[in-house]
Amino acid sequence: MNWDSVSAFLHMGGYGLYVWGSFGVTLLLLALETALLSRRARRVADEIRQQTKAARPPLKPRHTGQD
Amino acid sequence: MKINWFYFSSPPRFYALAGRLSPLFFALALLLTTLGLYLGFFVAPTDFQQGEGYRIIFVHVPVSWMSMFIYLVIAFWSAMGLVMKTRISMVMAQALVPTGALFTFLSLWTGALWGKPMWGAWWVWDARLTSELILLFLYLALMALRAAIDDERRADRACALFALVGVVNVPVIYFSVKWWNTLHQGASVSLTRAPSMASTMLFGMLVMALAAWAYTIATSLKRARTLLLEREGDSEWARRQFAGDAR
Amino acid sequence: MTLALVLFKRECALVLRKPGDALSALFFFVLCATLFALSINPEPQLLRALGPGALWVCALLSSLIVVGELFEGDWRDGTLEQLLLSPLPLPAMVAAKALARWLGSALPLVLVSPLLGLQFELSGSALLLLPLTLALGTLALVFVGSIGAALTLGLRSGSMLLSLLLLPLYIPVLIFGALAVAGAQSGSGFEAELSILAALCLLSVFFAPFASAACLELACE
Repeated sequence: MNWDSVSAFLHMGGYGLYVWGSFGVTLLLLALETALLSRRARRVADEIRQQTKAARPPLKPRHTGQD
Repeated sequence: MKINWFYFSSPPRFYALAGRLSPLFFALALLLTTLGLYLGFFVAPTDFQQGEGYRIIFVHVPVSWMSMFIYLVIAFWSAMGLVMKTRISMVMAQALVPTGALFTFLSLWTGALWGKPMWGAWWVWDARLTSELILLFLYLALMALRAAIDDERRADRACALFALVGVVNVPVIYFSVKWWNTLHQGASVSLTRAPSMASTMLFGMLVMALAAWAYTIATSLKRARTLLLEREGDSEWARRQFAGDAR
Repeated sequence: MTLALVLFKRECALVLRKPGDALSALFFFVLCATLFALSINPEPQLLRALGPGALWVCALLSSLIVVGELFEGDWRDGTLEQLLLSPLPLPAMVAAKALARWLGSALPLVLVSPLLGLQFELSGSALLLLPLTLALGTLALVFVGSIGAALTLGLRSGSMLLSLLLLPLYIPVLIFGALAVAGAQSGSGFEAELSILAALCLLSVFFAPFASAACLELACE
């Protein structure tokens, strides 16, 4: 174990601001990207659901092979 | 047996595969990040030269590796998309760009936070730093080019061509910046890290690098799925995905 | 080959018919360099230190103007589509256009550059090297720039996008051009930089037309 106390852990031997600035911003931005991506995915799914509801029967068969 | 290399280049098959793999890699990324952070903060010893400040490399190095590697992967998918004319390749190339740009920004950000206490400057005109900045410009240019073109097919191919032109240029840029740098700066700052890196440090860094890989795979697959739906939302296979819960 | 020659002559004639357009890059270059000198303390020592880099940046920005409208006119009046259908290979067409544009817009800039070098108190060999490196460099910049011009053809906010696309690609040329002039200025040698600049020039003149041709085909689909 490297740390005696929580405050020593946060202090990081005087480099606290730099270390937590790096890790904090990185985790924050990655979480933000994930959240934005989920929202976008949900939105497009909702859109398609609505379209499907609006135009129910005419599901024309469409080739699905490689293109 | 003949392997069908194009099996997953059909949008519905790719969509299903990505849907299964993406959460898997998300979980893996979470697991590896937790393990890496534990190793980095609690197992790896204090560096005798740089004190605790060196712990920034646990995030800085993986993020920097990833930022460069993603550009190569984009170029690979772009080339595939241009030669094989597979739509999925273009979608993958597009899906990787924002994540690559994010990692490039984070590399510069964490690099600055590492440089300030170690060299006393947020920024030095070192070849690696400068190349990383130019890489960020290339990512931004790719995104701007994509945003400016309305026609999807043209946007795909234009971005693919630019990504390939960029990947040819990156080594030339790195070489020229290095040349310029050695002439102007001499050996005022040495970027070489302590050669005697403790094995736990190295191990922690590798775990974090794997976490960055897993995160990139998960995010790009998820984004590729979303992009596919946005592009082909009115096709039959896309509707069928949601047919079950549309009642 | 003769077809490419005919096209080249046509492009030259077009440039000559509207000398104002062709010379705008030159005016921009001269103005930009003068503003640079005005913005700093006109101390000979400082001017000499900044001169090579400042003049090179000005030339680089001017070359953005040179390539900006490279295909625009032909695209708007439909000539480009005709050229795409013609038996002339597309890369040859791009090369002919880029070369004519370089002769019309960039060469005047190269010829005037020693005068601007005097403004920055450059010494003998640097004053000679400046037009030489600019000639090689702008040739590379115009050819690489043709890729950007083809990519952004007909897009809104095309000129902003053009600079965003091209400036990262321009960095090597800028570095070696400015270093060669600065090396001649300080007497620390310039041969290596000049050779690399010439290599970059040859490579871009040879390969860029192929990339531009691919981009043009996209823009005209």
